[in-house]
Amino acid sequence: MIKPGRSNPLWLAFVLHRLSGVVLALFLPLHFYVLSLALTSPAALDNFLAFSDLFVVKVAETLLVLLLAVHLFGGLRLMAMEWLPWTDRQKSLAAASVALGAGVACMFFLKVI
Amino acid sequence: MNTSNTSASLNVSVWRGTSDGGEFRSYQVPVQSNQTVLDVVTWIQQRIDNTLSYRFACRVGMCGSCAMTVNGEPRWTCRTHVNNVTENATLEIAPLRNLPVIKDLTTNMDPFFDKWIKAGGVHEPSALRNDPMVPVNPESKARKVASEGVECINCAVCYSACDTVAANPDYLGPAALQRAWTLVNDVKHNGKNTVLSAVSESGGCHNCHSHGSCTRYCPVELNPMKAVAGLKKSTVLSLLRS
Repeated sequence: MIKPGRSNPLWLAFVLHRLSGVVLALFLPLHFYVLSLALTSPAALDNFLAFSDLFVVKVAETLLVLLLAVHLFGGLRLMAMEWLPWTDRQKSLAAASVALGAGVACMFFLKVI
Repeated sequence: MNTSNTSASLNVSVWRGTSDGGEFRSYQVPVQSNQTVLDVVTWIQQRIDNTLSYRFACRVGMCGSCAMTVNGEPRWTCRTHVNNVTENATLEIAPLRNLPVIKDLTTNMDPFFDKWIKAGGVHEPSALRNDPMVPVNPESKARKVASEGVECINCAVCYSACDTVAANPDYLGPAALQRAWTLVNDVKHNGKNTVLSAVSESGGCHNCHSHGSCTRYCPVELNPMKAVAGLKKSTVLSLLRS
C-alpha cells in the first residue's frame, strides 16, 4: 500500500552487509568440504584445484573476496559506531568500507590472474 | 496560505480507506505560490470532499500531529512545501506506515505511545517536592547528551521510516528508544537501570539494524540512531558490571 522510504545509503549498507553475510555462510561449508578433500580424496582435490585455475572461477573467487572484505570492513564500521565515540560521518564510513573491500578484491584479482 | 491562484493545478493522489483496506483517489488542486502539503490536504477536505479525514493541530511544526507519507517518504506536512516534493506536478499522500489506519490519512498512534511507556519513558523523579533542588550543569556531558533528544515532537516520522519496525512489530522504535536514552542521561531521573532493562528485552535497542532512516527523516533533525548506539553500549556495559 505505502512505499517505504529507503533513499538512504546506510540502508543500502545494511542490505550489502546482510547479503554478503548470507553468501559467506553458504560459502564456508563448501570451503571446508574442499579442504577436507585433502584428507579424504586427494585426487578429487587435485581435480578441483585444476578447475579453480579457470579464469571464470578466479573471477568468482574475486567476488567472494569482495564480499568477505566488504563484510569485514562493514562489521568493523558497525562495531565502531556502537563502541567508539560517535561520529556523524556514518555514510562516509560506509562508503569507505565498500571502497576498502573493493581495493582488497582488486589486489586479490591482480595476484591470481 | 498564500491565496494568489494560478491556472496550474496539482495532480494529487490521496489514500482513502480504513484498516480494512482502501485505494488512492485523484484530486486536482490549484497550485499556490506558497503552499504546504497540509494546505493541499486541507484544500481537498474543504473544497472537494469533506469526508476526508486527517489530523493536524498547530500548523507550525511543534505538535507533531500532521505527519503523513508524501511521495513515499514520511514527512511533517505542515512544514513540507509542495515545491520541494512534487514530481511532475503530482503528489501522492498516504497515511504513515507501520501504524494502523483509522480512516484515510489518520493513523492510530496508540502503538507508538505505548512503546514509549514500554521503553521506560515515564519520568521517575529522584527527589520529592520538598527536597532541595539539585543543580544541573547544562555543560555537563550527560546533560548535553540528554538535551540532544528532548526536542522530539512525537510525530512518528522516524517510526514510520523504520524498516525494523516494519519487520518486527514488537520493536520499540527510534522515538521510544531515543526517549529512553534521554532518561538514562538525565541525572534527575531515578530509574536508569529500569530503563536499561526495558530496552534490553526482546524488541529493544539490540534489534536496531542501523539503517539510519530515523535520522534521515527526522523533521527536527534529531539523531535517534546515535541514541540507539548509546543504549546498545550502555546496556552491554551495565550487564558486564552487574
